Amino acid sequence: MRAFFLSLLLALSATTALAIDITQFDDPAKQEQYLRLTHELRCMQCLNTSIADSQVDLAADLRKEVRDLVNEGKTDDEIRKYMVDRYGEFILFRPLTNARNMWLWLAPVIFLVIGAIVAVRILRQRAKLVDQDDEPIEGDTGR
Amino acid sequence: MMNRFILPLGVFVLLAAVLYVGVKNSPDREHLRSVLIGKPAPQFTLPDLLKPGATLSNTQFKGKPYLLNVWGTWCVTCRVEHPMLMQLSQKQDVPIIGLNWKDEDDSLAHEWLKEFGNPYTAIAQDKPGREAINWGVTAAPETFLVDANGVVQYRLAGAMTPEIWEREFLPRIQGKQPVSR
Repeated sequence: MRAFFLSLLLALSATTALAIDITQFDDPAKQEQYLRLTHELRCMQCLNTSIADSQVDLAADLRKEVRDLVNEGKTDDEIRKYMVDRYGEFILFRPLTNARNMWLWLAPVIFLVIGAIVAVRILRQRAKLVDQDDEPIEGDTGR
Repeated sequence: MMNRFILPLGVFVLLAAVLYVGVKNSPDREHLRSVLIGKPAPQFTLPDLLKPGATLSNTQFKGKPYLLNVWGTWCVTCRVEHPMLMQLSQKQDVPIIGLNWKDEDDSLAHEWLKEFGNPYTAIAQDKPGREAINWGVTAAPETFLVDANGVVQYRLAGAMTPEIWEREFLPRIQGKQPVSR
């Protein structure tokens, strides 16, 4: 039984190992930048997977592109712009903060405020109900 | 009493409207608009598949509209699309430039052309797949329409069909506004 679970574990870890990208940089800062960017760029072929996690050919090509741009010393924003210029904003998992996307960023805050207002109103009404509820119910002799 | 329902109903209608617009305009993968449209086509100089040792540049096609068709022998839909490309090349409305995408072995592409015919005026080779990235290619086949000024006018993701050709490509080539869907 133990051997079974062990082999199952090994088999599962083998499949995850396949997805791991072995690209290495001499500079740890560049390694970090590469990992950050490959995790926030969408694999355009598979949807809802980052290029870091995708085994599709195109994702591998895009990782190479990111690797080269990182090696050229490009900043995060320059690399994001490079990708957006070719594939559109859709390639970014994190939408850009511009005027057009403002509602997207503000929506959660707006909904939170609406929720808070509703919650406060309900709680106040309930509190009022409890205050008024001091008349014994007819026939209720108490516990 | 009615007051109790006005706010939730309002919220519901608002939410329904937002979702309706969102779903209606939601771009599925096939219809994602290329960001290249209205912009100058990326320029390339790549190995020429049909003339070994020579290079092919798309700047030489400027002055007349052309199609750039991204294909590969590994691509099943390209094979489905191929007879349509053959028909288009016989009509000679517009030259078709091939971008042979990530075909490792030249002989595969040559065999393909021998067996199914060659609809292409010229074919550029993109073995590493870098040029395809410059054009924002997601999956083969894709067909770009580049106008006489070298500006991208349309991008089709997926196989060309007579309907799409007539609806999207022909009007644009003839300088008319396409009939909107």
